[in-house]
Amino acid sequence: MNGVMERDYNVHGYHLDAQVSPAQLLDAVAIIDDAGFFIESITGVDWIKEDQLEVIYDFSRYDFDLCRVVIRTRVPRSKPVVPTITGMYAGANWHERETHDFFGIKFEGHPNLIPLLLPEDADFHPLLKDFKA
Amino acid sequence: MSLTLLNVIIAVVIAIAFAALNAAYLVWAERRGAARIQRRPGPNINGPFGLFQPPLDGVKLMAKQLLIPGDVDKILFMVAPVLAMAPAITSFVTIPFSDHIVGHNMHIGILLVFAFASMGGMALLLAGWSSRNKYSVMSSVRAVSQAIAYEIPMLITVITIVMITGTTDLMGIVKSQAGGFWHWNIFPFKAGVFNPLMLLSFLVFFISSLAETNRAPFDLGEAESELVAGFHTEYGSMGFGLFFMGEYANIVIGASLTTILFLGGWDCPFGLFPGVWWFLLKIYLLIATFIWIRWTFPRTTIYGLLNLSWKILIPFSLFNLLLTAGLLKVF
Amino acid sequence: MSAPITIRPDETFTLNVGPQHPATHGVLRVKMEMDGEYIVNAETVIGYIHRMHEKMGELKTYPQFLMNLSRMDYLGALGYSHGHVLLIEKAAGIEVPERAEYIRAITVELNRIASHLFWFGAFVMDLGGFSPLMYALQDREYILDMLEAITGSRLTYSYYRFGGLYNDVDDDFIDAARRFIPRMRASLKKYHRLVTGNIIFMKRLEGIAPLTPEIIRKYGATSAVARGSGINFDVRKNEPYSVYPEFDFDVPVYHECDSLARYMVRMAEMEQSLRIIEQGLDKLPGGPIMPEKKKPIKIAPGDYYQAVETARGSFGIRLVSDGGKTPYRLKLRSPTYSNMHLFDESCRGMLIMDALAFMGSLDLVIPEIDR
Repeated sequence: MNGVMERDYNVHGYHLDAQVSPAQLLDAVAIIDDAGFFIESITGVDWIKEDQLEVIYDFSRYDFDLCRVVIRTRVPRSKPVVPTITGMYAGANWHERETHDFFGIKFEGHPNLIPLLLPEDADFHPLLKDFKA
Repeated sequence: MSLTLLNVIIAVVIAIAFAALNAAYLVWAERRGAARIQRRPGPNINGPFGLFQPPLDGVKLMAKQLLIPGDVDKILFMVAPVLAMAPAITSFVTIPFSDHIVGHNMHIGILLVFAFASMGGMALLLAGWSSRNKYSVMSSVRAVSQAIAYEIPMLITVITIVMITGTTDLMGIVKSQAGGFWHWNIFPFKAGVFNPLMLLSFLVFFISSLAETNRAPFDLGEAESELVAGFHTEYGSMGFGLFFMGEYANIVIGASLTTILFLGGWDCPFGLFPGVWWFLLKIYLLIATFIWIRWTFPRTTIYGLLNLSWKILIPFSLFNLLLTAGLLKVF
Repeated sequence: MSAPITIRPDETFTLNVGPQHPATHGVLRVKMEMDGEYIVNAETVIGYIHRMHEKMGELKTYPQFLMNLSRMDYLGALGYSHGHVLLIEKAAGIEVPERAEYIRAITVELNRIASHLFWFGAFVMDLGGFSPLMYALQDREYILDMLEAITGSRLTYSYYRFGGLYNDVDDDFIDAARRFIPRMRASLKKYHRLVTGNIIFMKRLEGIAPLTPEIIRKYGATSAVARGSGINFDVRKNEPYSVYPEFDFDVPVYHECDSLARYMVRMAEMEQSLRIIEQGLDKLPGGPIMPEKKKPIKIAPGDYYQAVETARGSFGIRLVSDGGKTPYRLKLRSPTYSNMHLFDESCRGMLIMDALAFMGSLDLVIPEIDR
């Protein structure tokens, strides 16, 4: 269900939760970038029961006007393609490479999507729920 | 005839033995000095106060396999350490320890010492180049540019001294400073020539000898934390040992030259009992300062190093030269 | 440097600051394309010590994962454990007794000082001054002795439990900590006299590797890297957690953006940590260190996030739970990962010795990058 939701900071630890589709992702991140947030991390979650992969983007602020924003997007497991945000946040480079390493999610437009933490010739994705070592 | 030749040979052997013994035991002194500064004991297991450490280290180095990496230029690789060590030890022959203790005095003693020092610079280049290792090449490039940059202020300062004393003979230079510390070259008042810059000249010479011998804070050539071990990365066992000994022999020569040129050689500060013990005392005080400086300061950058030489030391020593020449002419 | 240098990109050679190198603090590889001594391009290769802690997070139960946190950043391990236990306590609704929170804050600050001391020694050693390392390590030994007496380990502590601690502090610890504070203050003065005032040291760091606030924001760098560029961000003040609102301390911020500013920030942080420890010891309440009834850990499905300020920056931990005994997903946001990332872009055009000094000023611990 796409949309923006407010969360209880004391329970969950962040303020805003935005669920977007991959097509809306770049616009959402552009709004965040203009507002002066910094990129905290990018990661993925494997929802194997729903046959989807989720990419979670964490943003936060440096000033005392604290607001933690989480942007999520879901893609089907069979074709996990998400646009890259390295154009806006250069720091997304390594985060996206790591998410690709662990989940196999392809970030379209990424300048250098080779394994970061796994060996150069790795073709497996360890954090998928059906990964057998 | 043969007696003189025998004398010369014995004198030379004693000079070389002194240099070699110094090089070996300076390592011990440096390790104990560093340990004192860093609040830890230092070598104290092998022998009383760790005094057997250097010979045991020497035995260890000799017993190790002399590993020559496959890719290197074998002849240059093996010549380089010898070239680092031999000139340093040989220059000892002309250094006068006292009135009558000298290997073989020469009229152009100073020139001989500097000629041999330049050969040491070539050894750095050969070592880095023949190792076929990017780190070694980078470090010998740095070391050679440093050696060239710092030879110049040293030589200009030496020319100043030679002008004042009128001779290039090391014994003659010392003899002209005889009679107490007010006659030493470091002090401004000397035989009517009032030159207030001689103390700074001493500092220039001291700093240049620190840089010539690749000692911290000018040890970019061996910058351990950046270039692994610099130009002697690929050397093990005795090759490394020879570089090491060559460096310490250079330190002793640097200290001896500073003493002879500026501090009056074997002269007593109050002109009472000149002798070889004053000479030894002075050079060991200078060497202790070398060690102290090494363990206190961090390393300069390459451009800081070269700026210091070309922009500060060389103009200053040239100015001093002209000033001395002018004063000598006037007075 | 006085004159601008032109770099010739077609006359370069590749230098591998390899996985085994005295200057990289851990196994890190930087492929540098160099023109003489200048860096044209750098590419950081990590992953040499990747142990997949996040997979272990999914396979181990919540208590079993407590040990993993200290293996990530071994120098500042207590900060990481703190973040983890705070997250699970928040998600499961476990109450922590006040005494446990104060002890946690005191030990985290002691650990922070130990980590900064080690950074200080290693950093100055990288620049060529070998002696301050020995002095810093000796001061650090006092801290490690104190912490060993109460936690049992010198480096990789597993001291915190969900709800509190497993071992209480005794009077010996409090006395030792009180004696340590003036001694550390005197040591800091000594370090400033020996290192900070030294002109060779200043010339090595002043103006080197300037990082603008914009590049820091794009990469998400935190800790002294951000505070040395004028960004006043410290999770303990911006996003207070645990018992930190009770303490009165400052966050040092320098605006020069160079390596010297980052160095000064960390030295000032040690002083502030001493203040926190002093106040913590004064205010330490009595009472239990674990809740009376041991609650089983039941976490409702959803995702939770907790950020803490460790010695290296803002450590974030995200838990996605499906209500089971193990986390569904546990993401560890490592601060050094974001700090290191900006090295590639910023070191273009630098001399290699400046680049290595820059790496030292970033305070890297490679196992934390690789997890």
